[in-house]
Amino acid sequence: MRNGEAAMKVGYFPGCSLHATAREYEESLKAIAPALDLQLEEIRDWACCGATSAHSTNHLLSVALPARTLVLAARQNLDRVFAPCAACYNRLASAQHAIEHDKKVASQVESILGASFGHPIGVLSIAQLLSEMTDRIRSKAIVPLKELKVACYYGCLLVRPPEICRFDDPEAPTSLESIVTAAGAVPVKWDKALECCGGGFSLSRTASVVRLGRSILRSAKDSGAQALIVACPMCHSNLDFRQRAINRSAGDDRPMPVLFISQLVGLSMGLDPVRLGLNRHFVNPQPFLSTISAGRVEHREQA
Amino acid sequence: MSTSSQPLALSAGTPHNRSLSAQILDVTGLDPARCYQCGKCSAGCPMASEMDLKTHEIIRLLQLDMRERLLASESIWMCLTCETCTTRCPNVFDPAAVIDALREIVLRENPGLVPRRISAFHSAFLDQIRANGRVFEFGLVASYKLRSGALFADVDSVPGMLARGKLALAPRRIEAIQDIRRIFEQCAMERPR
Repeated sequence: MRNGEAAMKVGYFPGCSLHATAREYEESLKAIAPALDLQLEEIRDWACCGATSAHSTNHLLSVALPARTLVLAARQNLDRVFAPCAACYNRLASAQHAIEHDKKVASQVESILGASFGHPIGVLSIAQLLSEMTDRIRSKAIVPLKELKVACYYGCLLVRPPEICRFDDPEAPTSLESIVTAAGAVPVKWDKALECCGGGFSLSRTASVVRLGRSILRSAKDSGAQALIVACPMCHSNLDFRQRAINRSAGDDRPMPVLFISQLVGLSMGLDPVRLGLNRHFVNPQPFLSTISAGRVEHREQA
Repeated sequence: MSTSSQPLALSAGTPHNRSLSAQILDVTGLDPARCYQCGKCSAGCPMASEMDLKTHEIIRLLQLDMRERLLASESIWMCLTCETCTTRCPNVFDPAAVIDALREIVLRENPGLVPRRISAFHSAFLDQIRANGRVFEFGLVASYKLRSGALFADVDSVPGMLARGKLALAPRRIEAIQDIRRIFEQCAMERPR
């Protein structure tokens, strides 16, 4: 554990969503990093990880795209790369795993890239990164969250598959709970923490996303949670942006605010909700923010 | 076992120079014979209720080399790669990786079998990467709509996305775009339709 040590520097792979639909995820990460003595060094000229479309269509491409990023990270003398998006994290960690364990693919990819792999890169999810900093989070949590009840949602790829993640328990994980507890919130017990949100089907099979989101949101609401905590831009989009459609299909108009875990940590530090990007959500976060006296955001209703 | 009206028959595999199992073993290193049909993969699959072939049935057809029936099934395109099956398999098989490999075989051998919306999404997504090195979401959605024919889906959400600053209006190309072009060329990318 690195708790209590001086500044920590990690490579930073934002991924495509954090520059567009999940801007608030990057905003909140950059807002909390200085308080955590965390230096995020962006990988210069990184490219898309390939996501679902690469691994569903061409295995070599699905390794080569993230492998290029890993080569760039090694050239920047980075030992560890943090990928806040759970899907990017999975692609980068899977590529690193293939480089280390699949000699045939590794040599094919070296030839495709025209570069050889440097030292091994440790790929970190946000659950791994913040788990190493729970002491710092606890010491910076100056705003009492008033025993705010939250449902921690892991989705698919934060702890699965175990041989890629090698972190936490793939069936009964606790890392997000330990982070929100350090921030002063109270994690609820609920039964959909590891169910898939529908991931990349948001456009191509929207009805599946609505069906899956319905059971996730129902379980979170029934558990008494006041907010759902996520760690992936796709989970956020499917449960926040699609929530109106989900609630309509369920005949359930109780809104459930969906926060990135970095936003919750930022609120516990007393950071301005606008700086944390809470004004960018589709589900109005104001009732939730008022509960913890965290200031105001201007919210536009969804058209 | 299957909801389809066609009975499973051991002889249903079509003549092909190599069995599908051998192809899968070759590209994934995974031997489909490992699967003993416990059904745990299907029990945990979030898409099972929408699939005509459940995960363990996909693997069974693979073992029986029922190539045409399996490769024509929409079910292999419904896998979300959530990795639940792979995590839970008691015999260390990896259904999610096998399904990815089956999709790759369909794309290479008969891309017309890929469901239109799924194919449209993957084509639009990969075109974004090829053009800019990164995915420009506004362009992705526009391109997906044109390819899929789903022109009006989500149109009403554009103002809300813009008001929240969630849509970049112009793509940003990475500097070393030639790296990405080279990767696509070298991976002999066979594009979905």
